[in-house]
Amino acid sequence: MAVSFKLNGKPVTLEVDPEMPLLWAVREFAGLTGTKFGCGMAQCGACTMHVEGQPTRSCSMAVGDVEGQSVTTIEGLSGKAATAVQAAWENIQVPQCGYCQSGQIMSAVALLEQTPKPNDEDINAAMSGNICRCATYVRIRAAIHSASDMMEG
Amino acid sequence: MLKDFAKGFEANDFGVETKPSRRRFLQGGAAVAAGLTIGFHWNAGMPKVALAAAGTGTDSAGGFVPNAFIRVGTDNTVTVLSKHLEMGQGVYTGLATIVAEELDADWSQIRVEGAPADAARYNNTAFGPVQGTGGSSSIANSYDQLRMAGATARALLVDAAAVDWNVDRGGITVEKGVVSHAASGKSATFGDLAAKAAAMPASVASTVTVKDPSKFTLIGTSVPRVDGKSKTNGTAQFALDVVLPGMVTAVIARPPVFGGTVKAVDDKAALAVPGVVKVVQVPSGVAVVATNFWAAKKGREALAVEWDRSKAETRGSAELLAEYKALAEKPGLPARKDGDVAKALAGAAKTVTASFEFPYLAHAPMEPLDCVVRLDQTGCEIWAGDQFQTIDQGNAAAAAGLKPDQVRINTLMAGGSFGRRANIVSDYIVEAVHIAKALDKGTPVKLVWTREDDIQGGRYRPMYHHTLTAGLDASGKPVAWQHRIVGQSIVDGTPFEAVMVKDGVDGTSVEGASNLPYDIPNMLVDLHTTKVGVPVLWWRAVGSTHTAYSTEVFVDELAHAAGKDPVEFRRAMLTHHPRHLAVLNLAAEKAGWGKPLAEGKARGVAVHESFSTFVAQVAEVTMRPDGSVKVDRVVCAVDCGVAINPDVIRAQMEGGIGFGLGGVMYGEVTLDKGKVEQSNFHDYRVLRIEEMPAVEVHIVQSNAAPTGVGEPGVPPIGPAVANAVFAATGRRIRNLPFTRDMNV
Ligand code: FES
Ligand code: FES
Repeated sequence: MAVSFKLNGKPVTLEVDPEMPLLWAVREFAGLTGTKFGCGMAQCGACTMHVEGQPTRSCSMAVGDVEGQSVTTIEGLSGKAATAVQAAWENIQVPQCGYCQSGQIMSAVALLEQTPKPNDEDINAAMSGNICRCATYVRIRAAIHSASDMMEG
Repeated sequence: MLKDFAKGFEANDFGVETKPSRRRFLQGGAAVAAGLTIGFHWNAGMPKVALAAAGTGTDSAGGFVPNAFIRVGTDNTVTVLSKHLEMGQGVYTGLATIVAEELDADWSQIRVEGAPADAARYNNTAFGPVQGTGGSSSIANSYDQLRMAGATARALLVDAAAVDWNVDRGGITVEKGVVSHAASGKSATFGDLAAKAAAMPASVASTVTVKDPSKFTLIGTSVPRVDGKSKTNGTAQFALDVVLPGMVTAVIARPPVFGGTVKAVDDKAALAVPGVVKVVQVPSGVAVVATNFWAAKKGREALAVEWDRSKAETRGSAELLAEYKALAEKPGLPARKDGDVAKALAGAAKTVTASFEFPYLAHAPMEPLDCVVRLDQTGCEIWAGDQFQTIDQGNAAAAAGLKPDQVRINTLMAGGSFGRRANIVSDYIVEAVHIAKALDKGTPVKLVWTREDDIQGGRYRPMYHHTLTAGLDASGKPVAWQHRIVGQSIVDGTPFEAVMVKDGVDGTSVEGASNLPYDIPNMLVDLHTTKVGVPVLWWRAVGSTHTAYSTEVFVDELAHAAGKDPVEFRRAMLTHHPRHLAVLNLAAEKAGWGKPLAEGKARGVAVHESFSTFVAQVAEVTMRPDGSVKVDRVVCAVDCGVAINPDVIRAQMEGGIGFGLGGVMYGEVTLDKGKVEQSNFHDYRVLRIEEMPAVEVHIVQSNAAPTGVGEPGVPPIGPAVANAVFAATGRRIRNLPFTRDMNV
């Protein structure tokens, strides 16, 4: 079976079981390993991608369900919010082990694209599904605020 | 390339023992025929450290390899070989900072790579002849070693310049990776000099001295992490990301109870899953091997395994707790005995007693256990976020029927570990080796544990029961302290037992309790070590994860019983422990201890030393109308000696606080008839962003030898918050996690 969709702006056709989670199809069949596996049941956010611009837990979405749609991973991030978020992440030195951070960044970019000036409650709501076992949360929060300021400036 | 580099070294790998000296380069190596070889050892208790030779040290790209820790490329990069695992704690950055400081390199030219497994060159000098990372020891055991490595490399580059320019080396200066001679106007980068330094027949370096700390330009500044960029753009490589030609992926069906074994397997349905290539029985269970992860996982679901439970652990948490409570009634083996506790208790004006319960805890690092193993004609090659390289090397060799030096380990960064990857039996690596043995030679296999495998797979922080009793005199001063601990030993049945267990007492079960700093004349700490078939392991901050909680909550209870302020009460008992006292005072001052707070808010304090680092924390909480607690803010003071990178220290305190807070508030693995009841993050709850307090970190300025920061931020947070909850509500939380006693 083949599934076709747009991955980071380019059309791809993957010869995979359409039931396979998008996460594994992208990691093992499209060869993009920046997105991580943490729980496999939409609990941790390590696998967050954007599907049609919406932050999505790719471990819990069948690749067949993105047929014809547009998928963005950490490797394909671009735009004002993405640039600001990645710069803020580096400036504030957010990552520790780094394993959760692709997912954190994908969620943060989606938040800022929809809510350019989030308050702490907005941040909690958007980021609660992204676990960081290194507990970099203080810096994630600070970096989102900082990215928001950068986008304005 | 890593392989070539390692090979290039073997010929030079010897050291010359000299008298102990900390601060001076020791000549004598210069007399050795193969060139300048620096061997030194710091003190009698530490194994010899070899820095290999110069002159003949070249890598395959023509760069300069002055010693086992540094490679200077002709492209002007300086690569630091890290003998320690980077698992988030910032050790790549810290170790490289030490080298770059003494080398006078520019931070932008620094790269870091994991060193190959080698017990002789890359041993953790705190562990003996073992390469491994743990006990917050990386910086402490590397500081002198890497300062000398950097200073030596610098001296050799200066020598190369002096010879090349035909000038006196005394007139040469080095700054930000540029070697200059003012009088002649000559200058060169490290890259320019690399080939010349490598080609020098024998070094003429006469003296190498490490810098006076007042001259540090990198140590003490917050240079950006070397892995910061790759961890914001998705390019950082973890074991999960390794892709090799012809690689297959495996998952393993393990017994539903600890100690279970395979009785019978029906693999027909599993083998019928498209992509599944093989089903292999391994000592820990049944492995399903497939061309991709999803097929392997589906294959495992289709597998029918009958398990033999005859030797399995069948007790549940409730049964264990009942046994532990019964044991707590009887004296255990003493870990500390000062004065006469029984007599002092009998004579006390007031006695206070309390008991505490701690559950099993899973590490649950964000990257579940995984590795890649390939067996071929020449030996075994491993890719892993490897925390115990030479132990893993030995265990992999034994499983593969090879010699340890036939096992090559590529240490990648790990997506957290918190101790889980430092396991003495190398569980996940040995599993992968067994699978590889069943595959065609040369076929790499990636073993992936799912989150369910991780939560249910054991090697937990053990379950413990503590009982404390203290006596106060008429003025409220503690005169007796008795602390009884009941629980499993994490080194039971391992090679570490011989080293860590003294007179029947595992030091890691009582650390933080047996070295209680408070000035109390009569003290008894004793231990019952239980035998349970649940595998246990060190978990970030080890014994202090439970001892700091019980001791610091209990001290608070005593302060309350004595009618004293908790900070004042501690101060009075810390007169002989200035570093504890200093962090306590700093945290209290910065937190505004004693200043009034709004209705429903309260503060709690705790101070604890672990791994020779001193940390005090003041937690500020709000009690919500529904009775739940919100931790608003934590003020943390830390003394870890010389602060190599203040921002990394702050990050480790923040992270330790979040990790520890999630553990005490929500963390528990429970057993029902031997079966683990949790399986993933929906029922093994961890801290999320909305539960993270604001954190303020204050670092004590110090010239003492640097100590670690990966673990010491964890222990004080639990008791600080519990003490704040008491201050707000009058309720003591003695049974963890908080969710057992309160709504959180
Ligand atoms: S791996 Fe998808 S949410 Fe955890
Ligand atoms: S940085 Fe390690 S899990 Fe988030």
